[in-house]
Amino acid sequence: MLDGYGPMLFKGLTATLGVAVGAYCIALVLGVLGATAKLEGGRVTKGVAEAYTFVIRGVPELILLLLVFFAIPTLIQSIVRSSSPEFVNFRLELEPFTSAVVALGFIYGASATEVFRGAIQAIPLGQLEAARAYGMYGRVLVVQVALPQLLRFALSGLSNLWLIVLKATALASVIQVVELMRVANLAAGATNKPFTFFLAAACIYLAISAVSLVCIKFIEVYSFRGTEQGAK
Amino acid sequence: MNFGPVIDGLSVLLQGLAVTLVLTVSTLLFGLLIAVPLAVARWRGPKWLSSLIWCFTFCVRGTPLLVQLFLVYYGSGQFRDELEAIGLWWFFREPWNCALLTFTLSTAAYTTELLRGALMAVSNSQLEAGFAYGFTGLQKLRFIVLPQAFAYALPTYSNDIIFHLQATSFASLITIEDLAGVASVMANKTYLHYEFYLTAAAMYLVVVYSVLFALKRIEKSLRRFLNPG
Repeated sequence: MLDGYGPMLFKGLTATLGVAVGAYCIALVLGVLGATAKLEGGRVTKGVAEAYTFVIRGVPELILLLLVFFAIPTLIQSIVRSSSPEFVNFRLELEPFTSAVVALGFIYGASATEVFRGAIQAIPLGQLEAARAYGMYGRVLVVQVALPQLLRFALSGLSNLWLIVLKATALASVIQVVELMRVANLAAGATNKPFTFFLAAACIYLAISAVSLVCIKFIEVYSFRGTEQGAK
Repeated sequence: MNFGPVIDGLSVLLQGLAVTLVLTVSTLLFGLLIAVPLAVARWRGPKWLSSLIWCFTFCVRGTPLLVQLFLVYYGSGQFRDELEAIGLWWFFREPWNCALLTFTLSTAAYTTELLRGALMAVSNSQLEAGFAYGFTGLQKLRFIVLPQAFAYALPTYSNDIIFHLQATSFASLITIEDLAGVASVMANKTYLHYEFYLTAAAMYLVVVYSVLFALKRIEKSLRRFLNPG
């Protein structure tokens, strides 16, 4: 049915998952940094974080991805070349897989920033005061009291973000990363059966989404145990 | 950096922007027209209908828009003979129609689920009051439930509007000359990637924040009833 392209689609699937997981991890790290900067930062770090989320929210992912992939190497190249005459032949080309991971991570770090910011603000102040009253401070306070609650508040936003990042990896095909979408595209071109292969790709994406949703449900039940919402 | 060619190409870029806006507005409008009945059916419709609509929204929301777009545009080519036989080939031959169809179905799916959530948030006593005043089902929907549901849904719907505005940039990948399309054609022609993508990004930025500003104003007036006085 798939004209022997099954194994290649599977390979594409692993690349898709690789891009998604990599980008998601980068987004989480950027999100924590961004949220901290927005809430606790000085004027400069706060400004940088605000500018970051402002710009990312206003520009389509496709343009941002192309900017990162085409424009940033060109920019660095011209800066290096003009810095000294011995570098006139300097060339920089980003490897597609890495640039896709970095670019998508950078883009969705902005959403993660907002998720974490909201979650941190949602922790009832009384909880932290109670912890302090019991003599908790620093790491103990963060790990034992703040973090579990923060994750609970952040959970729905973070699971949404995972589903969004997962679907956004299809964009990586635009910069020639050989992931699911690109494999489907190649197979479609070679066999003249575009519908078959794009449908196959769509089904695989749907399956990953469905599996993710089931996992998210389990994590939700686990993290809401012992709360009113968990009892329902 | 060399912004000279960008300034020369500004009129073309603006034409691209117009294409982007037309595509966005028409998909949102058609999407909303489809979403309202679907959401109502999902809310109070029979179980089988509700499940059927859920299947549609799940499939659309669970797969990347890019895959859907390619499935419709390139995929329809595989059934060219059949489509010609039933006289539909002219529709799928045009990238514009394919983009319009895909984006419309996508906004319809997202908006359906959104509106269903908002419909469920409208309190039952509102419906009972409508019943007491002798409203028919359709009148209750038109004058009581839907206006409130829209007010509840608008903040999230604003996000969806922005998402779909930005998603129209995918149309450039099936040869439509929207803003992203024009920018990438010019960038490849002049080798000025940085300049053209940056200009396009700035134009998107302005449009997105103007739309957000307008939506905030509408939100304020729609939600007046929630905090009167």
